[in-house]
Amino acid sequence: MGIAGAAVLLTVRAVERPLAAPVGAMRVLDPASARIVAALAPAVLAGALPPAGAAHDEAVRRVVEGFDRTMSLLAPVVRDEIGELLGLLRFGLSRVVLTGIWSPLDEASPVEIARFLAHWRASRFDLLRAGYLGLVQLMVGAWYAQPAAWGAIGYPGPPALDGPAPA
Amino acid sequence: MIPDPIREGLARGWKAIDAASLARDRELEADVVVIGSGAGGGVTAEILAEAGLAVAIVEEGPLASSSEFHMREDTAYPRLYQECAGRKTADSAITILQGRCVGGSTTVNWTSSFRTPPRTLAHWHGALGLRTATEAALAPWFERMEERLGIAPWAVPPNENNDVLRRGCAALGLRSGVVPRNVRGCWNLGYCGMGCPINAKQSMLVTTIPAALDRGATLVHGARVERLRLAGDRVVACEAYGAGDAAARHRLRIRARHFVLAAGAIGSPAILLRSGAPDPNLATGRRTFLHPTVASAATMPQPVEGYSGAPQSVYCDHFLDAPLDGPAGFKLESAPVHPALAAVTLPGFGEGHARRMAAFPRMQVLIALIRDGFHPDSPGGRVRLRSDGSPALDYPITPYLWDAARRAWLAMAEIQFAAGASEVLALHEDAAPDLAWQLARRRIEGLALRPLAARVMSAHVMGGCAMGPEPRSSVVDEVGRHHQLENLSVHDGSIFPTSLGANPQLTIYALAARLATVLAADLHGRRGRSPV
Repeated sequence: MGIAGAAVLLTVRAVERPLAAPVGAMRVLDPASARIVAALAPAVLAGALPPAGAAHDEAVRRVVEGFDRTMSLLAPVVRDEIGELLGLLRFGLSRVVLTGIWSPLDEASPVEIARFLAHWRASRFDLLRAGYLGLVQLMVGAWYAQPAAWGAIGYPGPPALDGPAPA
Repeated sequence: MIPDPIREGLARGWKAIDAASLARDRELEADVVVIGSGAGGGVTAEILAEAGLAVAIVEEGPLASSSEFHMREDTAYPRLYQECAGRKTADSAITILQGRCVGGSTTVNWTSSFRTPPRTLAHWHGALGLRTATEAALAPWFERMEERLGIAPWAVPPNENNDVLRRGCAALGLRSGVVPRNVRGCWNLGYCGMGCPINAKQSMLVTTIPAALDRGATLVHGARVERLRLAGDRVVACEAYGAGDAAARHRLRIRARHFVLAAGAIGSPAILLRSGAPDPNLATGRRTFLHPTVASAATMPQPVEGYSGAPQSVYCDHFLDAPLDGPAGFKLESAPVHPALAAVTLPGFGEGHARRMAAFPRMQVLIALIRDGFHPDSPGGRVRLRSDGSPALDYPITPYLWDAARRAWLAMAEIQFAAGASEVLALHEDAAPDLAWQLARRRIEGLALRPLAARVMSAHVMGGCAMGPEPRSSVVDEVGRHHQLENLSVHDGSIFPTSLGANPQLTIYALAARLATVLAADLHGRRGRSPV
């Protein structure tokens, strides 16, 4: 009862909080879900995103946009499943049960988020492992598909084709 | 300036309709409707159009061409692949790479072009009773398509990503071979998976489809086929709708004398199921095969640059050389290493994942394609419809296949270390990089084999509309004709009764060429004309 009550309060708070970092118009993510993705990205991409600052915020924004774009192209049923998963991470009670985190996710530290992702990753429940994989793949795919990610991994980008054809 | 044969053809007056931007509902008529423009549909459309038949090709994806192939994952995957290259089996355990554009998967595949392995044909002929599944009967069709599509063993030295496979095999005394590729004037760029920017890859997009359009065929792209309209034992029309914005969607109805399904091994069974096609023995969508694929990533001491150069030029069939009724065999190949594809395939997240990505230019990736469908413990999967009519693929990874996955990780790690790898990582969430073969061996032997921990992929969806002499256990006969619907054929990888044990494009090309040639003669015969 106490947990449920606290969860309701936390839920209301999560819903009413304004977006910390505004994101562009989304195709399928609602603003609250976009904020969950933005909260997860720094943990999922720790060591890959630029250090805190404007470049970091811009990188997170792009990850959210890429996540949204890929999600919009998935089969509607799969898209809905991801939407539901993000919903569960938004609402207090389900979030506490699934992640063990008491604060809204965008107030949680990357360490807390990494801890719950690691828990999902090793879980004996197929659903949690599927959730882990789905979220992580959408985020790392969104980040590494764009040129901003390439310098740090030594990828020069695609070759230019305007030169003469090789022999 | 690189010529764009599609834009040139459109300027010449090809009949092409973008169903995604129709302003009103449309009715069309043709002799034959070909549903799908990949390996099966492309070859079929060319042969039927050359025989003088009025052909309409219906393709779900867009008509994209070399002018917009910029070798970028962030534009190629959303535009050219099913579900942004993120299609998965119903339980999310297997990622499926499939094209969704004019040319189908041939527009985005890695060009490997193998004939059907003799052992596979012998099984189809002997155990499954397919009279025409012999090397001798298929040889002329293989020769014809190899000639048509410039298929030949890759004459250029392999890139380092493939040479590691060659050297590792040589060091261990395993035989490797050179991959035949369907290319003409290839620049060895390495971006086949994002659409060939110079039209060197002889995909359906630049070969058979343009030939069919030059012969007057109509191409309807951006059109999702909802169902075939049936009357008795005949198909009377194909009903599709524009794949664009749902609110502004228009419908398309194409009537024809004959219909050919070539929508791939997920699409074709799904259309039959949505159409309520007769299926007295519940064979439609059953026995779907994937060549379930596991991978091993090595870090080499030297640069590999696996994004550059022909993506697949060396293969090893040593582990396929085993009886079909024993443990599952697997084919070894390299996989190109591009940033997003590598990132979504490497296990882990956060700092560990970032560390592995930081070694990107030295990353070497081997894959093992497991030969499924030959053993009672490998019955394959099943395509079914979800409540919204979209297809879902159930594919349980049986213990028989997991056993092969473990042997494959071991084989790949040993080869990578034999070629000089500094460390090797099985792509499995419970694995970690090891610095020596004996350490990797111990770790792989201890890995828990379970879905959603091992990274399992497939680029080869096959089966689901099996061909066979017996209507009780198959969907089409040996010339691709549906057992119950008299004017319907299936010409794609869905007619395979098992997987192949090799990349499937050339088998689809050859079968489609044979089936389309028979069909053309048959349609002319019915009309009282002699075959061309």
